[in-house]
Amino acid sequence: MRSATPWSDVLSFLLEATGETLYMVGVSTVIATALGIPVGVWLQLTAKGGLRPNVAVHRVLSFITDLGRSMPFIVLLVALTSVTRLIVGGSIGSTAVIVPLAVGAIPFVGRLVQNILSEVHVTVVEAAITTGASTLRIVRSVLIRESLPALINAIGVTVIALIGYSAMAGVIGGGGLGDLAIREGYQRFNDRILWSTVAWLAVLTTVIQLGFTRAARASDRRRHASV
Amino acid sequence: MITVENLTKSFQGVNALNGVTLDVEAGTVLGVVGPSGAGKSTLARCVALLERPDSGAIRVDGTDITSLDGSALRAARRQIGVVPQGDSLLRQRTAAGNIALPLESAGVPGPQRRTRVGELLDLVGLTDKAGAYPDQLSGGQRQRIAVARALAANPSVLLADEPTSALDPETTGSVLTVLDRARAELGVTVLVVTHDMGVVRKICDDVAVLEQGRVVEHGKVLDLVNDAASRTSSALLPAVDLNPINESSYDRVADVVLVGFAAVGALLPEAAHRFGVELNIVGGGLTRLGETPVARFRLGLNGERSDSALEWIGEAGGAVQRSLKGPQGVAA
Ligand SMILES: Nc1ncnc2c1ncn2[C@@H]1O[C@H](COP(=O)(O)OP(=O)(O)O)[C@@H](O)[C@H]1O
Ligand SMILES: [Mg+2]
Repeated sequence: MRSATPWSDVLSFLLEATGETLYMVGVSTVIATALGIPVGVWLQLTAKGGLRPNVAVHRVLSFITDLGRSMPFIVLLVALTSVTRLIVGGSIGSTAVIVPLAVGAIPFVGRLVQNILSEVHVTVVEAAITTGASTLRIVRSVLIRESLPALINAIGVTVIALIGYSAMAGVIGGGGLGDLAIREGYQRFNDRILWSTVAWLAVLTTVIQLGFTRAARASDRRRHASV
Repeated sequence: MITVENLTKSFQGVNALNGVTLDVEAGTVLGVVGPSGAGKSTLARCVALLERPDSGAIRVDGTDITSLDGSALRAARRQIGVVPQGDSLLRQRTAAGNIALPLESAGVPGPQRRTRVGELLDLVGLTDKAGAYPDQLSGGQRQRIAVARALAANPSVLLADEPTSALDPETTGSVLTVLDRARAELGVTVLVVTHDMGVVRKICDDVAVLEQGRVVEHGKVLDLVNDAASRTSSALLPAVDLNPINESSYDRVADVVLVGFAAVGALLPEAAHRFGVELNIVGGGLTRLGETPVARFRLGLNGERSDSALEWIGEAGGAVQRSLKGPQGVAA
């Protein structure tokens, strides 16, 4: 039985892994949001009762979205190797993990966004239509602005999901907290590292979740309603 | 100003509009009334360019707007202010922000936008609520903001679908006042859909009664009340037969409708005086249509010249709707 890893080493392990996780998750969230919101908007525009209903386009888009969402992340991680190499010039390391993370999250975000946008009342949208507003303006000023609090929460949900997915990054040498817990903690029977990582992950996700909930509330003008 | 010609619209076999024809003169208020499911909202939505009719034409200021597309369609929409049925304000924008929306759509620059929003808040009497969010406003205030928004881009036509249906009588008054001001102060032509005849009574010059997608009555309110057979008169005028009367104590019994201050105030006493008859009001009462006092009375007359007195009332501008008792009906 070897002696437990000194706390100072645990700390530096955690610090490095946290940096990797935040890097992978942060960049892929930005990409997934930037591309997922347009997908969600497009899904909603083409849906029945949307601003530009188009059954054919909607069906195809829905099919691709649902296919993407049903793909297990570990499969995506391996399957996208060549694409990843093409984009980031390598197929291992934290940067390489960003590609499958983002690709996996785009349909996820897309569906969330569509569901949220569909909650904006049809009378509100029609009122905007009667002002002569263009579709782009209605998307921006009505659909997105009216659902901003819910959209911010959805991004929070995405971040948490991506932290989960990123635990598999170790498979292609991406590092991160999940990898630390599995490789250094679980596989080497290092309980101190395993449980410190688990505890730290719990704290980290809670703080992130809280941050998004706060931001969502701050964006919600209705909170002033107290007259 | 607005002319609707032979408009038809069906939804999966349901004929919501079956050849609707009507017109609204510039600067007047038309009330479209009728039972639920009559097609009122469908008509309003067609005029609001939210629904395309199957056939027929809608002319606003002479131009047929039913076949427009793209930017021409958006420009036409700006000419038609719409207060949709139900809650339609952006909940994430202040009252002022909501009113500004049509101005943004029209590309009006910021400073002018703010001035215009101020004018409209003043028009609807909610200047102090500029910064309030819809959730902080009462139903009546929200509806007045919706009217202000509809008027923001200076439309020539204002459409309102059931603007008072969710409101109590007092708040209803404040919303109707705003619609009336729009007509009086901005010269806007108003089409208001309602199932509440009180709305017609208070602000409408004209009325169109819709039933099963057809116009079954259309005309000036003050004309229609003179027609005893019209739905408008039975809905708007006081009932005459609430109290049963002993007809045998009168030589003649007749219903008359009197419109306007002069008629309501002076016609009956003068008739009694001129023809030396005893003239009693035995039923009915006085009401007000817009600013105009209107009365429907059931009269009981005694005296030899009762028929002449009734005839004279008819000639002097009163409408003798029916003679219930007498040798001959004095023509309505
Ligand atoms: N979008 C729609 N789809 C199917 N049926 C509709 C639709 N809109 C209206 N209808 C039908 O058309 C008829 C007229 O409806 P509407 O114009 O809303 O009446 P009103 O406003 O007078 O109550 C009703 O039978 C209604 O069910
Ligand atoms: Mg209706």
